[in-house]
Amino acid sequence: MLLLIPLLCFAGFVLNILFGRQWSQKVAGAVGVAFPAAAFVLALRVVSQYNPAQVAAGGVALPWIQAGLLSIPYGLQLDQLSLVMLLIVTGVGLLIHIYSLGYMAHEGGFYRFFALLNVFMFFMLTLVLANNYLLMFIGWEGVGFASYMLIGFFFHKDSASRAGMKAFVVNRIGDFGFLIGLFFIFERFHTFTFAQLFPLVKQMPVEAAWGGPLTVIALLLFVGATGKSAQIPLYVWLPDAMEGPTPVSALIHAATMVTAGVYMVCRSAAIYDRAPHALEVVLAIGALTAIFAASIGLLQRDIKKVLAYSTVSQLGYMFMACGAAMYGAGVFHLMTHAFFKGLLFLGAGSVIHAMNGEQDMWAIRAGAPGGLRKYAPVTFITFLIATCAISGIPFFSGFYSKDKILYDVLTSANGSALWWAVGTLAALMTSFYMFRALFVTFFAGPKPDARHSKPEEHKGGEHHHPHESPKVMTVPLMILGFLALVGGYIGIGDRFEHFLDPIFDTGVPAQPIHPIAGGEWTVTAVSVAVALLGLLIAWLFYIKNPELPERLATSMRGLYELVWNKYWVDELYGAVITRPLRAFSRVVLWRTVDVTLIDGTVNGVGSTARGAGNGLRQQASGQIRSYATWVALGAAAVLLYMYFGGPRA
Amino acid sequence: MVPLSFYLALSAILFILGVAGFIFKQDIITVFISIELMLNGVNLAFVAFSHALRQIDGNIFVFFVMVIAAAEAAVGLAIIIAVVRNRNSLEADRMSLLRD
Repeated sequence: MLLLIPLLCFAGFVLNILFGRQWSQKVAGAVGVAFPAAAFVLALRVVSQYNPAQVAAGGVALPWIQAGLLSIPYGLQLDQLSLVMLLIVTGVGLLIHIYSLGYMAHEGGFYRFFALLNVFMFFMLTLVLANNYLLMFIGWEGVGFASYMLIGFFFHKDSASRAGMKAFVVNRIGDFGFLIGLFFIFERFHTFTFAQLFPLVKQMPVEAAWGGPLTVIALLLFVGATGKSAQIPLYVWLPDAMEGPTPVSALIHAATMVTAGVYMVCRSAAIYDRAPHALEVVLAIGALTAIFAASIGLLQRDIKKVLAYSTVSQLGYMFMACGAAMYGAGVFHLMTHAFFKGLLFLGAGSVIHAMNGEQDMWAIRAGAPGGLRKYAPVTFITFLIATCAISGIPFFSGFYSKDKILYDVLTSANGSALWWAVGTLAALMTSFYMFRALFVTFFAGPKPDARHSKPEEHKGGEHHHPHESPKVMTVPLMILGFLALVGGYIGIGDRFEHFLDPIFDTGVPAQPIHPIAGGEWTVTAVSVAVALLGLLIAWLFYIKNPELPERLATSMRGLYELVWNKYWVDELYGAVITRPLRAFSRVVLWRTVDVTLIDGTVNGVGSTARGAGNGLRQQASGQIRSYATWVALGAAAVLLYMYFGGPRA
Repeated sequence: MVPLSFYLALSAILFILGVAGFIFKQDIITVFISIELMLNGVNLAFVAFSHALRQIDGNIFVFFVMVIAAAEAAVGLAIIIAVVRNRNSLEADRMSLLRD
């Protein structure tokens, strides 16, 4: 039954990739949605029959790799953690599939799109349900492949196919670390299966040194996580990945795939708990990524780019929770993030749809006189809910999870006030840039846009008026809006984390927490204040007094340039890594090794054989009389040899 | 009594005539006859040695060669007829299709 859930998605992929080309859009879309829907229904059934006592028994397992001592099953398991992930992936995935029916209706390659979405679901479910690291790695690579194909979905666009390649190559660097980590695990424990591996890990002591085996493994696994989950230094692929269709950004690059790294770290909690130095690294990287990406997000003009940097930043929060060894909080934020960030992307897609492909927020503002919220009320309200959720406005889902993370970072033994301050500052930025996006996209500018509206209409705007999206797109928005609104309530009183406790009970005794004055309420008060402050500044800058941001930008020109150019990280990577690598490849690998050495050898062998063959070919003239002449001459030569020089009998 | 060397000389002359005919003639029928000539040259040598050495083996070889020659003549002529029907030509040099 559990096995059937990913296989259903795979069946959808196979059907669409084989026959989709001949089907009409209706049939291809119906098939593409029906299989994930069946998977979701099945997942609900599996979850409703879920019995915590059976977790230890493991799930289903088919023999997969059997070689000597190595035995790796194709095994899926359902425990508290994979249960949460299963529901997120199938639930949010299904909503986004339905939404895509409307969004992709006017794009080419409809069947290809759904086939790839389905195969993504298959690999993602394999990843989260796998009962061993190797199968998880298969899913890990599979989602990377699906992501590559979908980023480059509009492959006739040069920037899209380049972005796909960038994502693939950057992920490959992370995967390399992950794979080495897996080798270390096998070298030490001789098993990949979680049920056998973690009991062995739990017998190991907590490591104080940097070079301990578990620390090394944890750090290598984290390299993989930085690639997949877009953390410093490998985050550069995610903003470019926005070249893909917007539902892809929602499903893969916000709600599910990019959280695989968080999931993997949480799954490996037993290892990380015994490697405090690795946890320090995770916490530092998470916090730095959170604030770094949030600061870039402050100045982006493209609505999807804002959301992309926001995703990177929110993933940083999840890693902060993991680094504080509070994995439950990380998974909690992962879930609420899947709701509100999926919703934000779908809302952005709806806006882009309404504005006929326009992604620049100021152009959207100019193209919808009086504010887009009047033309697309459902999109506006759901976007507002998601914005409140991500900013941490009280009683929205993100408030509960982000607040929990900040509290944990401040109080846990691994955390510190420094990283809490960084996280809170990032929360201020988050609130600001999200409300900035909301105000600029949906509200009219302060003056009637006499300057902008005229040229807009000349550009052919007569044919296209901003409009609300069809029902097939707004209904998923409403459902996700509901989830983004109430999704946090299951975490009240730490119920969600207690549900996950059996997974994160790693046998390391709980560290005493730093008590703070006023307890959790102090942190909450600061978080709320920060969220409201961000809202206020955004309102001041983009509704009340729109000259202010420009004046600020001119007064701090240097800083503005630095952030606007994304700290020149892409340029830095290009100069330090990509260009030397390309030069090395061209001069040494291509000109020297390939052309001279390999081509020289291969061509030399080939031309020698050809020359010899050419000579011999002259003999095979096909003339029977010339053959006979050669036979006669040969016989004569043998006779002469025997008569004059041969061995005497 | 005729000495053995006379027989062997005649045998060699017949064989060389056969070889020369095979190599230098274009006409495929002549080539075919040349083959028979070579076979009979060899036969003559066999018989001569058999008589001179008072042994029966040479005679037996000759019978074998004659049988093979008869079979070869039947198959060979059939092939020649088929070739001539197809290509309307008896020139040996033009039969080089198998080379390609």
